[in-house]
Amino acid sequence: MTDASISTAGGAGKAKIAGGYSTLLVLSIAAPLLFPAYVTQFTFLWILVVIALCWNIMGGEMGYNSFGNIVFFGVGMYTASVVQVGMFADVAQYTAAKGGVSLDLTVTQYLVGMGLGILAGAVLSVIVAGVLGLGMLGLRGHYFAIGTLGLGIAAGELAAGWEYIGAGSGMVPPQFPASLDRGNILYFMSFVLAIATFFALRRLYRGRFGLALNAIRDDEDKAEAMGLHTTLYKTVAWCVSAFFTAMAGAITGYVVGFIDPIYVAFAGITYGVWMVLMTVLGGKGTIWGPVIGAAVFHITQELFWTYLLGWQRVALGLLIVLIVVFFPKGIVGYVRDKFPERFGYKVDAATADAATDPALGQTAGKSGGSQ
Amino acid sequence: MSALLEVNNVSKAFGGVVANQDISLRVNEGEIVGVIGPNGSGKTTLFNSIVGAHPIDGGSIQFRGEELSNLRVPHIARRGLLRTFQQTRIYKQMTCVENMLISVPHQREGLLTMLSAYPQATYDEAYEILEFVGLYAKRNLRAGELSFGQQKLLEFAMALMDKPKMLLLDEPTAGINPTLINGLLDRLQHANRQLGITLLVIEHNMRVMMNLAQRIYCLAHGQLLAEGDPETVRNDHRVVDAYLGGQ
Repeated sequence: MTDASISTAGGAGKAKIAGGYSTLLVLSIAAPLLFPAYVTQFTFLWILVVIALCWNIMGGEMGYNSFGNIVFFGVGMYTASVVQVGMFADVAQYTAAKGGVSLDLTVTQYLVGMGLGILAGAVLSVIVAGVLGLGMLGLRGHYFAIGTLGLGIAAGELAAGWEYIGAGSGMVPPQFPASLDRGNILYFMSFVLAIATFFALRRLYRGRFGLALNAIRDDEDKAEAMGLHTTLYKTVAWCVSAFFTAMAGAITGYVVGFIDPIYVAFAGITYGVWMVLMTVLGGKGTIWGPVIGAAVFHITQELFWTYLLGWQRVALGLLIVLIVVFFPKGIVGYVRDKFPERFGYKVDAATADAATDPALGQTAGKSGGSQ
Repeated sequence: MSALLEVNNVSKAFGGVVANQDISLRVNEGEIVGVIGPNGSGKTTLFNSIVGAHPIDGGSIQFRGEELSNLRVPHIARRGLLRTFQQTRIYKQMTCVENMLISVPHQREGLLTMLSAYPQATYDEAYEILEFVGLYAKRNLRAGELSFGQQKLLEFAMALMDKPKMLLLDEPTAGINPTLINGLLDRLQHANRQLGITLLVIEHNMRVMMNLAQRIYCLAHGQLLAEGDPETVRNDHRVVDAYLGGQ
């Protein structure tokens, strides 16, 4: 919401912002070429950015702490591979062989299959979100959080018991054709997805959608009393969240190369918790919060893993505690509270003198709202 | 004059507590009608019943000839019957302008309107109404940072943004300093005369009531005690007894 007011800052501000975006763009394109050894890490960074941005729609902008977003992550992941395999072979046979079947697809076949698979995963997740939303979004506050927590666990158990998709043994996405540069393709897919998600959400937050979500967060009863279609907004919000999360999940399946029902697809204890953490760390209810949170989280996690091996989980846990205690509003939230004027929260000095007491110096004869 | 709102024999009990018993009132188009009564006499319960916040036990509520008692809060609001709250309710973390923008009428809402941006005209309208209530300079402040009185003004401005046909105001002047009250009174009258919004007002401040209302209903112990023009009601000994606890 804040960038709507930032954009009114004037030409100089705009040039600065454009410069910032271009720098990020150049860095992002150059990163995998300059540091090819880290390309998988960079890919994960963008995936984390996407799932954090999506979680923020619910938990940050709308105030509905969803622990069920991992469902869409997993649904997207499974659907992409199942559709891709299904286009060229029998899925049940493929999964029964536990990765022992090579499909030998041509480059075009592989990419078309993957593209359609990812799209199918996104569409199916939107449908799942719509159906689940009917039941879940009537719950508020903690009840919604607990209810959605159950969804993630249930989805993992269901997938682990379904033979068609490999049950507990999981599923292996089709092998990349040898002629393709797997690492860079997946990197740029996740990068483009992150950009698309970011700008789509930024655009949505500026309009009626974003304000409606904020209104629901601040006072849902008031929003109802003002005639807002709260149920519709909540459902659409979850569907948008599901759409991009599913695509991130699908790409993750290809990056990891193995879809385990509980530890990769419906991984509530890793991705499911991380998406919440990253958003809280960066700042709930801001567009940049999840992006910054994901970057900081990913880097610290990798550093802990490298330099504090054996203690990395402890260090991560400690970091989380410190964040929650000292920066309850996250990095962006903290900065915003420190410098509200820079985010556009300020009294309009040009007209301020008349406004010390709204009732004084004004006559009711002034024109009101145009009818 | 035609009746805009007609409440007939409405009753509402919470367990053993009868909050409203056989209340009937009628508000004509373009009127300003007051509801007074001691604390706990069932005024806010009546408002909640009208706007659909809870089901009623009996009776009927009609707005522009349409029965409301089976509809829920947002549906009633979209028909042009809005209320403000006694404990002011605004969206605290949003700026004043955002509070205004999201209060546009929501009668026709589809996926396209939901995902669309606001046209400049809507911004201009929001600015104009904020100017009218004297909050224009503070339009980019978060609403939660405003003083209580200013929040009341903002809530009133939000209601105007929704272009209601009728507005139920629950103690609009409670907790506001006397100077601000005069300003608010002027604005309420302006909304009524210039914008054609019918008002039903709960109020304890008798001076405000005398200046504002054309007719007054007085509730006590969940029942309708008296009704009539302000002068009659003020001099009704039952009303005086109810307020001052006489025998």
